[in-house]
Amino acid sequence: MTVKQLSVFCENRPGRLSGITRLLADNDINIRAMSIADTKDFGILRLIVDDFEKALKVLKDNDMAVTSTGVLCIRLADKPGGLADAMECLYKENISVEYMYAAFISETNETAYLVLRVDRLDTAVTALEEGGFKLVSDEELKRF
Amino acid sequence: MPEKKYWDEAHECMSREEMKKLQSEKLVKQVRHVWDNVPYYKKLMEEKGVTPDDIKSIDDIGKLPFLSKADLRDAYPYGLLAKPLSECVRIHSTSGTTGKRVVAFYTQNDVDLWEECTARAITAAGCTKEDVCQVAYGYGLFTGGMGLHGGSHKVGCLTLPMSSGSTERQIQFMQDLGTTLLCCTPSYAAYIGETIAEMGIKPEDLKLKAGIFGAEPWTEEMRQEIERMLGLKAYDIYGLTESTGPGVAFECCEQSGMHINEDHFYAEIIDPDTGEQLPEGSKGELVFTSLDKEAFPLLRYRTRDVCVLSHEKCSCGRTLVKMAKPMGRTDDMLIVKGVNVFPSQIETVLLKMSNATPNYQIVVDRVGTTDTFEILVEVSPDMFSDTIKTFEELQKKIANDIHSMLGIRAKIKLVEPKSIPRSEGKAVRVVDKRKLV
Ligand SMILES: [Zn+2]
Repeated sequence: MTVKQLSVFCENRPGRLSGITRLLADNDINIRAMSIADTKDFGILRLIVDDFEKALKVLKDNDMAVTSTGVLCIRLADKPGGLADAMECLYKENISVEYMYAAFISETNETAYLVLRVDRLDTAVTALEEGGFKLVSDEELKRF
Repeated sequence: MPEKKYWDEAHECMSREEMKKLQSEKLVKQVRHVWDNVPYYKKLMEEKGVTPDDIKSIDDIGKLPFLSKADLRDAYPYGLLAKPLSECVRIHSTSGTTGKRVVAFYTQNDVDLWEECTARAITAAGCTKEDVCQVAYGYGLFTGGMGLHGGSHKVGCLTLPMSSGSTERQIQFMQDLGTTLLCCTPSYAAYIGETIAEMGIKPEDLKLKAGIFGAEPWTEEMRQEIERMLGLKAYDIYGLTESTGPGVAFECCEQSGMHINEDHFYAEIIDPDTGEQLPEGSKGELVFTSLDKEAFPLLRYRTRDVCVLSHEKCSCGRTLVKMAKPMGRTDDMLIVKGVNVFPSQIETVLLKMSNATPNYQIVVDRVGTTDTFEILVEVSPDMFSDTIKTFEELQKKIANDIHSMLGIRAKIKLVEPKSIPRSEGKAVRVVDKRKLV
């Protein structure tokens, strides 16, 4: 079970981030998780949103260079060792993590969520599910 | 068996006087043919006050009006056609990278003439009917594939009509059928070379001995690189769809300039601003007149290629005039750090990175006494990736390719789509801030 992530190419110049986030807000799209990878000149903004299709359309209509990537979204117990267990599960299957970041942090919740991009998506899904980890689906994402 | 040195010795090694006589006879006839059959050009002649009676020899060619790409566009599709369509057997067309498509028509005689020209090129590359010729130019409207294909048949080579792409299959055939002559664009030759190396095949494992590479600008460094990677001798070839296709001019064993098939295509060098004919050895715009073509006989067609001609004796024995590799286009040359830079060269590099030419902008400035050279490239969806690494590799690859093409370094900056300012819908290609000082 995977979720769709949006990756947006953006130049490193003032106002770009506020521009993109404002655009999504104006279209009533809620950002559930986000991370930025950047260099001196440009960056890639990675987003998990509540309505993927709509966000993709809005970004494309506004001439953004955007692509979709399949990622994993794992629910973890928010306690020491929660992350280590998941990593160990992937490591056993020889899966490498290309990047990861935390998502949907909420004070009232007992659980933490993590977004992961791995080299072998299907193997990772099986390994984690068999290891007893809960993966979030696109549908669930809409209800969060 | 002695190697055949020339395909058509009588014409390739003709004395200057004989050649002038032949060109004169052909020009007189051709002008009459055009006057009688192409009202578009007849009108241009009338406006200049010239009639066919004024053209008595090749020395009178300067009296004729020029044709430009704009004329070809105005006259599209049939305005410059000089034969009934029933006499025509084929068309070819330019890719229209600038949005301007040109369609050229061929009678059977035109096709034969063209194939004679490419047969001369193949023979000059040291190939005979014993050779295996792999044509990896694109087949179709583009003239590359069909042009070399026809010449290869004439020579009698075993012809492999591969077209471009499917690189692993190309290499497979090269190995299994012992290809000795490869015909494609220089960038594709380089790509095949890289792929061979990645597959662990050594050039000595292949039977390649010659390559005929054209249809895009390439440098001497690229030639050496391709020769090293593929273990062959790389020959340049020149042509344009407007005149026939590849084979208007070709390189001999000297590999220093291309012999023009001047018994079919008469070349002049003119000052692009005044239109004056320039003396031999001057750098200027290359102008071609088709002396024999029946269906699409362009007289004094301005190629916009900047070039030099030379009649100096060539060690190969051919007396055909030689043209230097075109230095670029007349309309958009830029001098950066003392080097001639043409946007078309940047386009050639960028086209390799993407399916369509990405929008780009060259920004030249001067800091102190040094020129700065920056190229902004809009990221297109097919270049897009989710990782920084891929973008950084792309940036590096563009920078390296530009360096090997021009010999100077450019800073490559990737920018968002549609972020380069447009002027009348087209991205502004060059910003030269030095002029403001
Ligand atoms: Zn020669």
